[in-house]
Amino acid sequence: MAAAVSLKYSSKQQGSMRDPRWVRITVLTLAIAFLGLFIALPLIAVFVEAFRRGVSAYFASFENSDVWAAIKLTLIVAAISVPLNTLFGIAAGWCIARFNFRGKNFLTSLIDLPFAVSPVISGLIFVLLFGAQGWFGPYFMRAHWYPMLDWHGFAESWWPLDYQWFRYKPQIIFAVPGIVIATLFITFPFVARELIPLMQEQGSDEEQAALMLGASGWTTFRRITLPKIRWALLYGVILCNARAMGEFGAVSVVSGHIRGRTNTVPLHVEILYNEYNFVAAFAVASLLAMLGIVTLVIKSVIEWKVARNDGD
Amino acid sequence: MRRLLLKQNSPLPGFGLTLGFTTLYLSLIVLIPLSALFFKTSTMTWERFVEVAITSPRVIASYKLTFGASFIGACINAFFGFIVAWALARYVFPFKRIVDALVDLPFAMPTAVSGIALTAIYSKDGWVGRWLYRMGIESAFSPLGITIALTFIGLPFVVRTLQPAIEDLDAELEEAASSLGANRWQIFRRVILPTLVPPLLTGFALSFARALGEYGSVVFISGNKPFSTEISSLLIIMKLEEYDYAGATGIAVVMLLASFLMLLTVNILQWWAGRGYREAH
Repeated sequence: MAAAVSLKYSSKQQGSMRDPRWVRITVLTLAIAFLGLFIALPLIAVFVEAFRRGVSAYFASFENSDVWAAIKLTLIVAAISVPLNTLFGIAAGWCIARFNFRGKNFLTSLIDLPFAVSPVISGLIFVLLFGAQGWFGPYFMRAHWYPMLDWHGFAESWWPLDYQWFRYKPQIIFAVPGIVIATLFITFPFVARELIPLMQEQGSDEEQAALMLGASGWTTFRRITLPKIRWALLYGVILCNARAMGEFGAVSVVSGHIRGRTNTVPLHVEILYNEYNFVAAFAVASLLAMLGIVTLVIKSVIEWKVARNDGD
Repeated sequence: MRRLLLKQNSPLPGFGLTLGFTTLYLSLIVLIPLSALFFKTSTMTWERFVEVAITSPRVIASYKLTFGASFIGACINAFFGFIVAWALARYVFPFKRIVDALVDLPFAMPTAVSGIALTAIYSKDGWVGRWLYRMGIESAFSPLGITIALTFIGLPFVVRTLQPAIEDLDAELEEAASSLGANRWQIFRRVILPTLVPPLLTGFALSFARALGEYGSVVFISGNKPFSTEISSLLIIMKLEEYDYAGATGIAVVMLLASFLMLLTVNILQWWAGRGYREAH
């Protein structure tokens, strides 16, 4: 394959920087073969397995209320966690990149902390916090004599909440609030870590000029800062969203795995797979794979746009 | 608060609001929950902690497997990641943009999806597993399968730390070495490689750290047999399902300290690389 490839040089590859032809062919062959085997093949396998029994079997996999309940729950979890973490990312970017204060470096490194915590441990800490033996566990296990909303999921009706006048044992863990909190933790740094370095690099001269000319703080943010950071913001948001919708380990620990009620899409894939319902498992997984592909496409487009703007 | 914390005055508004929100949200979502882990550990006696997290044979077997497979996976990634990063940074070839985007697939694809896809490929009648079985190699449901999954998950870390470093290599240095009579191999070994060691080690450490905690992509392909193919993350979940919170916490603390250590290494490496950069400029 590599022999057929026309091996031109990028603009940087001149004179002494040229690799000999055999090196180029070997390196490129190895790179493509490795990526093909380890990266492309799994992606292709998802779709091949999903369509193994034909197109009708693929679509039949979605004629199931549990699948739709899982999809809706995943959308809700993402719809709560992504905006909250985006708001946090903007606030963190504003205070860290625009001001010079004591403890700034410490705060910045704390923001990256969730990246160092593995998914299963991220779930575990919330079980330790809200579970029966946890810090706040006893409080949440007590009877509450006030109106409560109770989650029963999407399996039976379009509206997922029940209204009850009183209720015992409101649940965090093994219920939807736990899934949301674990997702918040896992996706916590995504927007902030895109915005902070960019806003630090950009500086605040334009904001200061706008304020000097009499713009309010909010107007300055909306008209000056937001346009400057929009690509990095979008970049962070789509990565945050992909992770929020696809998170498996942390959510698996806190979810309780109740079909139609506390199952997100990745957890439903696991259930179907463990039931040897492979076509349905891969069909549902193909939705997540498409989410991954769309994320990669948007990410590449943003990177390309930013690189082009920098070149101007 | 503004006067107390700010090192230099700024005309920009919103310091108190954004800092307040940032610290409050950080505490609620990250700091308080994480401290629960260490609080739980501190309620255990040292002997109990050693018993559940260090000396239990099943736990030791899981550590050996997790660290071993992660290390091998990170080594494979360091080697092939270097080749991929080199090709992406230096050569022009068709569909380069797609290949470049594909490198990030392990980041973008949910781990459970990668897990079942890899299992399908490497199982007995999978596309690759079939050939390996014919050669007598069991790939899925064995330590080899775990290593494959951990290699998949760690590749982008090596490529994405090396690629910008290769692109930033100073062309003048190579030209100077060449004009002094060095051949291409000497230039690579004496001029290029030393500059790329810090980013290569950084990528290796990141890939290793990620593999240590990986769960979703491994749990399907591993087979989950105690003492032979049970990774530490899975063991934490098993302990939780048995309501053995102390056991789960003990293993979690050990794994967390290991990944903190890796990230500390990464920071030292980046400082090291930055020092070389600062001295050169």
